[in-house]
Parts: sequence; C-alpha cells; structure tokens
Amino acid sequence: MYFNANGEKVSRARWKEMYNAFKNRQELVKAGLTSRRDLMKMGLLTGAGMLIAKKGLSSRAWADTWGSGSNCYSGSSGCGNCASPTTRPWVMNMPIPPVKQPIALSALTGPAPTIAPNNAINPATGIAYEGRTRAHQSPIGSNGNLPFPAATVYQVSQQVANVSMSPDLPMQRLWTFDGMSPGSTYVSHYGTPILIRNYNNLPSDNGGFGINSVSTHLHNAHSPSESDGFPCDYFASGQYYDQYYPNQLAGFLSDHVSTNGDINEALSTLWYHDHREGFTAQNVYKGLVGHYILFNNYDTGDETTGFRLPSFPTYDIPMMFADRCFDATTGDLVFDTFNTDGILGDKFLVNGVIQPVLHVSPRRYRFRWINTGPSRFVQLYLTDLNSLTTSQPFWQISNDGNLLPKPIQVPAVALGVAERADVVIDFSKYAGKTIYLENRLLQPNGQGGTTGSVSSPGQGFLMLKIVVDQPAAQDNSVDPATLPSYYVLPSVSGTPRVSRTFNFDQGRNGQWTINGSLFSCTTARFTVQQNSLEQWYLDNGWNWSHPIHVHMEEHQVTQGAPGLYGSSNDDSWDYSRYSSQYCWSGCTSNSPTGVNLARKDTVRLVPKANATIRMRFRDWLGRYVMHCHNVIHEDHAMMLRFDVGTTGDTKTNP
Amino acid sequence: MSEVSRRKLFAGFVAVPFLGALAAHGEETGTRTSSTVAPAHTFAPPLPGREVMRRRYFPNVELVTHTGKKVKFYDDVLKDKIVILNMMYADCEGVCPTITANLKHVQKILHEQINHEIFIYSMTVKPEQDTPAKLKEYAKMHGINDKYWTFLTGKPEEVDMLRHLTGFADPNPEIDKDKARHSGMIRYGNEPMALWGTCQGSGEPEWMAQEIGFAIPRKFKKHPAINE
Repeated sequence: MYFNANGEKVSRARWKEMYNAFKNRQELVKAGLTSRRDLMKMGLLTGAGMLIAKKGLSSRAWADTWGSGSNCYSGSSGCGNCASPTTRPWVMNMPIPPVKQPIALSALTGPAPTIAPNNAINPATGIAYEGRTRAHQSPIGSNGNLPFPAATVYQVSQQVANVSMSPDLPMQRLWTFDGMSPGSTYVSHYGTPILIRNYNNLPSDNGGFGINSVSTHLHNAHSPSESDGFPCDYFASGQYYDQYYPNQLAGFLSDHVSTNGDINEALSTLWYHDHREGFTAQNVYKGLVGHYILFNNYDTGDETTGFRLPSFPTYDIPMMFADRCFDATTGDLVFDTFNTDGILGDKFLVNGVIQPVLHVSPRRYRFRWINTGPSRFVQLYLTDLNSLTTSQPFWQISNDGNLLPKPIQVPAVALGVAERADVVIDFSKYAGKTIYLENRLLQPNGQGGTTGSVSSPGQGFLMLKIVVDQPAAQDNSVDPATLPSYYVLPSVSGTPRVSRTFNFDQGRNGQWTINGSLFSCTTARFTVQQNSLEQWYLDNGWNWSHPIHVHMEEHQVTQGAPGLYGSSNDDSWDYSRYSSQYCWSGCTSNSPTGVNLARKDTVRLVPKANATIRMRFRDWLGRYVMHCHNVIHEDHAMMLRFDVGTTGDTKTNP
Repeated sequence: MSEVSRRKLFAGFVAVPFLGALAAHGEETGTRTSSTVAPAHTFAPPLPGREVMRRRYFPNVELVTHTGKKVKFYDDVLKDKIVILNMMYADCEGVCPTITANLKHVQKILHEQINHEIFIYSMTVKPEQDTPAKLKEYAKMHGINDKYWTFLTGKPEEVDMLRHLTGFADPNPEIDKDKARHSGMIRYGNEPMALWGTCQGSGEPEWMAQEIGFAIPRKFKKHPAINE
C-alpha cells in the first residue's frame, strides 16, 4: 500500500513519482546550484528568472491549496511532498507502554526533594542540581491533602534511545522517557499527590533536530504553576526538576472546600509532553510524549465497581496518534526545521509504531485516544473492509480529559492536535473479524486550513488493525447503550467578571500572533483574578485551523464548538461568513446530547470560525499559557502568558 | 577563537551524567525489539545532524557581501558558526528597521553576556535591486560596521531558493510576492551542533537575546532572568 502525505492511497506509479521528486530535491540541494546555467539545464528557471517547481521536483506542491506550484522549497516534508520509504503495515503489535512504578523516597538519585528549588551547585556538572526556579507554592507541605514530599515518588530520565517504529526502517534515535517513546504510563488516583523527579540526561548531539533542554507539561492537569511545565521553565541537561502533581479535584481550595473539590470536574485521560519554549515541536516530534491516567472512586479502572467502565489495563488501553516523515535515503526521521506553517507526515503511528496490530477479545474495551500531532487533524472511524457501506458506530464517553454526562453513540470522533476522546467499543459483534481504525479526514497541508473533506469508507488512512481473535472473556462492564450517568456538568452561568477577546491570526510578516502580539516569557498579557468567572471569545482571523489550549483550568464551550467534519451543515467552503457569528457544523452539537456538552482544555478553531469559552481559574496562582497546539504555530509565537493573581485586571483585548 | 578550538569546545559540552541508579540505563538502550520480519530496504548509514541540515537546507551557493566579497553560503556563511539569519531589503520601511534595531540590541546583549562570536547575516529579498553598494549604504545608515554583521545579496534565483529553503517564504504566493510582507522571523543556529531555532524579529530584544543565548550551549551558570 502506498500513501501520500494526505493519507490518501496512491498507486505505486504515483508513489514512485513522489519518491523521485523527493530524491530530485535532495539532488538539487546537494548539487549546490552554483549557476544560472545549471538551473536552466535542470529546467528549473522560468523566463522571468524565478524558480519553478516542475513535475519531478515537487510532485505535490502548494497548488492544491493556493493555486501555484512555485513555492515548494520549504524542506523535505513541506508542501506535502514527504515520501517516506515503504513500510509494511500490520507487522508489529501495538505497544502498550508499561505502567510507571513508584520508588522509595530514599531511592531518588541526588539530594532529597525540597520545597524551595535546590539551587546548590552540583559538583559533577558545575550547575545547579535543580532547574526549578520557584518554590512549590503553599499549601503544598502545609495542607493535610498535600504532604511534602509526596508519599508516592517517581523518578524519570529523559534520555536518547534507539527505538523501532517499523521493521522496514532503521532503529530511530529518539528523545525518550526512560528509553521509551511514548514513555511509561502514569496511573494516578485522586487524593494521592505524587512527586516526579524529572532528570534531563539528553545529549547535546541531536542528530539534526531537537534541543537538550526541556520543560515537561502535564496536559490538562490542575497543576500549580511551578509544576505545570510552563514553556519557559526549561532546564538543562544534567539537572533535575521536581514536579509535584497534587491530583486534587478542581475547587478543593476555593469553591468546593468542604467536599475536597468538585467530583464533577474529575479528569481521566491526560498526557505529558515536552513544552520547551521555541522547541516544543522538535522535541515532541523527537519522542517526548507519554500517557497519564487519573482514577477516582467512580472511574475506578475496575469494571466491577463505580461506573463499571472496562478494567484497566487489560480492557482499558491508551492510544497516541501521530504522523511522521522519514528520509528516503537513510530511513531516519525527518523534521522540517524551517517550516513554520505545519508539518505533515505520510506515516501514521499508534503508540510509537507505524500501522500496528492489536488483538482483542470479543467484549467491550475502553480506548483512550490522543492526537499528538504535530499538525494533523484526524477524524476516526471504525471500518470493516468487507462491509464498507455499513456504518460502525461506537460510544464516546469523554471529550478531552472529562467523562461526558452520559455516553453518546457516534459514527466518528474528530480530534485536533492535543484533543482526546475516550471511547467504548463492543467487539462482541465483531467476533472473529478484523476491524480497522481509519482516519478519513483529508488535510491538504500543515496549516490545517480548509479541511473538512472526508473520504469514503476504506479510502482514508488505515491506522490500526484490530483483530478480534482472542478468547471470549467475561465482561462485567456496563453497556453504554443503557445510558449510565457519569458526571453532571457544573454551571458556568452568571455574569463573567470580565469578557476578553482573542484574535488568532498571522501577522503581516508571517508571524503567528494572538491579538497581533507575539509570545514573550517575561510579559504577562493579562492577569486573571483567581476563582472568578472569565469569558473568552476566541476568534480565528484567517484561513487556518488552530486548536487552542488553555493551561491549568478547563473550560466549557458556550458557542461555536466544532462538530464532525463533513456533516450536512458543514459550510467550510463559505467564506462570506467571515467575521459573522459562525458555528461550524456544531450548532446542534451543543445540545444536551452532543459530545460538546463537556469540559474541555482544547477547542478547535476551524478556518474563520470562533468560539466562546467560560471558566474559573482556581486554587493555584502564578504564570500559565494559552496557545495554539499546532506545535509549529505554538513555537512561532502563537502563545501568550497570563498570570493568575489574587487581584486581576479587566483587559478586554489583551 | 579558531574554528578548531571552537569545534572542540562544542564537542566538549556534554553534560556530565549524574551518578547513580539511572546511569545504568546507558545512552543508547532500545526498548522494543524489532520484529523478526526481514527489513524491506537497505538504507544509507545515518548522517550526523549537521550533515542532515546541510544537505537538506544549505546549498553552497555563491553570494556577495555588502563589502563586495564573494562568499559561499555553507562554507563561509554558516559552517562552524553560531549565526542569526534574517531577511531585509534596503528600501524597506516596514518591519526591517525594527528588526535591524532589535538585532543591534540583541547583538550587544549577546556579546556582553556570552563569550562567543555570533554572526548576523541579513539577506536581501530584493537581490535584483540591492547591490553590495546599496547594502553597504544601509549598513552605514544603521551604524553597523563590524565583522560580525554581514549583509548578503546574490543572483536573484539563488537568493530566492535560499529564502525558500530556510523558510522565509510565505505559502501563499500572493503574499509572498509582496516583498513588503517578507518574513519577520529570524533564524538562529549553531551549525556544528545542528541546533536551529526561530524567533520573532519584532519581539523584545532582551527576550530574543535570552532565547538565542539559551540555544548556545554553555555552562548554565547564569539562569535566564525570567526564572530568577
């Protein structure tokens, strides 16, 4: 099977053409092109003296989106002309990362954890032991819920390792957590704070991209600022950073003190990833990602108790999706360093392996789906290749980190970068069969702009082969069709203390901006008053897609939540709607039965769309960020710092 | 500092791993054994990072400096250096003066705080009109007269190719052909280390200097001000 960067199947002849184009581009660069005559000889010059992208140089240029092919010189995976070596699908089993094991406090490497950062110089490195610069904020250590050090302690090492993504590619030299990408899965429980000693042991030799300074963000967590993985809190190789994750329900120090937080705000599926300012895309692409799961007395991980969701880990499986590009000559991972629009690969990975296989029993499973990008949006379907016309619905039970009020039966799940969905799939109806997880969303380029085109069943990109060939197993989980209740959506009604507007756009000189400004670590653009209701209007000014992520607290989308691509009221083609109140095929999905009636941490802004979100930033103080989670845009300054303080400002266009 | 000693210095900056349990992991441990299926391809051996970058992005085309000197883009401009690249043109009244002023400030901060030679290269997006003399005039107008800051022009098609390769082109050709809207980003890189980043030329100079400075390996004796 051959695919192009859009995930479309192409003929072998077409793939050869792409492959040759790729090689020709390499030749072109290698040749150095020292004279006009050389260029003319290669047929690369127009009469006007400008370069042209002729067939065989860029087989899939920007023509697809912009009507011109003259701009395809933005690296090996730019312009959709990534042409990785062929890889055989369904050869490797889907890896399920092991559960991270705690260690004794005394087993930590280096000095004992301290509330203030340990700035003492480590004689072995000549620099401070710890990269943290702010003390663990009170009440850590001063509150019965938050002892210091935490009773549960982990140590992790960020280090380089050789990892296999396909038997048809060489081992890939990645940035990893403990030698794995994705790293181990942290399994935490509400009410049990943990401390992770996070060592940076990355080498300075990066193999072409990536930087050996890091800041690890626990995505979606209700974390104090100094443990959040704030982008500018990066630390050097040879240092550690002690991150304290309270694992407390939001509101536990503010509006829900008596109940130790609001159970309706319990999170389930989180992930951790590098957030190093300016280098997030390189470091995440290079492997720094992993799963983090939170259980509580309802969502227990045991199908005989609480909500009775399929038991972890046998029937509850986290899956990270990513796309990558590989060099045709060396087979090594390619990062398109100078591409500032967005990067697409032509190889699809689940938990770090290209097109793997998963063997399951004929019963219900909970899958936790995470789109890790870097720039691709997906719409995932179940596909039976022997029965393409039959819809294969399943149950979506969460949106981002939160269980929905009730399970909702859906034909597909759309995920922008960083968005998540937990689903329950009953494989008993597929006993003995093979089912594929298929991304049918066609995306012309890294911008994610003007997407919305959904391929026919079986014509998209097959990401995971699921073979229902394991022995029958008892199923004590609750059938989602009985519509069990999970959590109640907390109210966000009332008058916001302040309504702010944010315009996500591209500046006149190519910069990604929010309200026309660039990210700066040192400038807090506004200060939120802790525990007060905020309303933010997120406006996408131009023809690109931006998944917008807010740190520390979740929000509810009160207007403009996106629905599935390609649905009947999808009017993505209608640009006349610009600056009008617009609701991307999601006007009805805000109804009480829609999956968008949820708490979220990332809202997808499709081209020229807007959304309104409401939230309260509670319990913690300090610096946080909001940013586009197309990590290429994020690194090129589509991010802002905001602070949470005891008093806030009322800037409406910060 | 000679090129050789600089290279040695870079190679020498490898953080000393801490001693203890984790050191047993070793550096290059694999986690998943490859499948037993025989591989379908034979691949060329992996390339060093700087070689990956050179082949992909840095053709060795000939350029001309504002002093009229001929230089090769890889051999003379980038090789073995820590560099800042930006785009400009002499008549630009938009973002260029801001970026030029910012870079002057950045250069001062970096030279004061970091004992390294950092080279700034400003390449014209209008090579057909920006002769070396015109660039020299621009440099003079902005009070730039040092060996660490060079303005570059060259054959239009080659300059245009470099502009595309280093990511200073806009994907929308309509925007791209309007030179007044040329990219306001600046690239910075440590060529021997294959470390390349981007920041915004119109950002705050203190922050730009810090960002660029952090990508230059050195002993982290002074933590960036943001974190103090």
